[in-house]
Amino acid sequence: MLILKCPYCGVDAEETELAAGGEAHLKRFGPGSSDDEFHDYLFMRENPKGVHFERWRHANGCGKWFHAARCTQTLEVFGTYSAQVTEPPQEIRDAITAKRPGWTWREFE
Amino acid sequence: MSNLASALNGASFKGLVTVTEAGLVGMITLRGDLSSAKLQAAVKVACGHDVPEPRKIAGTVDGGVAWMSPDELLVLVPYAQVEAKLSEMTAALDGEHALAVNVSDARAVFRVSGASAREVMGKVAPVDFSAAAFGGSDFRRSRLAQVAGAFWMDSDDSFTIICFRSAADYVFNLLSTAANPQSSVGVY
Repeated sequence: MLILKCPYCGVDAEETELAAGGEAHLKRFGPGSSDDEFHDYLFMRENPKGVHFERWRHANGCGKWFHAARCTQTLEVFGTYSAQVTEPPQEIRDAITAKRPGWTWREFE
Repeated sequence: MSNLASALNGASFKGLVTVTEAGLVGMITLRGDLSSAKLQAAVKVACGHDVPEPRKIAGTVDGGVAWMSPDELLVLVPYAQVEAKLSEMTAALDGEHALAVNVSDARAVFRVSGASAREVMGKVAPVDFSAAAFGGSDFRRSRLAQVAGAFWMDSDDSFTIICFRSAADYVFNLLSTAANPQSSVGVY
């Protein structure tokens, strides 16, 4: 069972109270982009064994979207943070580095 | 004038706890910037309470305000006064980027009371109901089995529960089943 702390209301919400929103920090390629970029934006997703970043919504709760950093292998949660960012904040990166030195995920490390 | 009725006409069930449909309660959803002085004043005008801390409720169903999310409050007033209170609030919010709407008829209210109230609630919501974790002025939005619900404790052995009116029948049956006299677990 996954338990994530909602950064907006502070509740330690368990998985059944949340709705999964897929991969985090996608960069949109819309009109004007090349076919390859648009294809990658639509279909190509990370599927790591280890550190992963996801979007979640506190659906049965305050209703807000947020980001979570967790490990897909151990279900360990490194932290949750605001939805209003385009990359993981430094304290989240530090928390992951402390547990998984040398981690990388897409362009982040 | 039509005859106003609550969702289940005050249905009640007695088992491990008493489950009662609590009748009509005036509810106003207020969205806006909760740190704004103007919005805080409007809440005070409507229900006589200050904006509560996150995950808290101030007051009772007869006059209170609950924290729903970082930009949303639920103002509770007596049902007969809801339109009057709403126009007072709207007047007090003049010029503010905020929205107040009467949602009284979209909701149903239940009361679960009895020594096993925490246990019965613990069967239907994914929340820690131990006395150390939940009580006092704590207010929680969560789910009641398959539907959304919000609840708080008005005393040590009594919960007030708010859900959507369309789910009132489901919630009543759910709570009644959880309160089956032969289903005691003995936690909390």
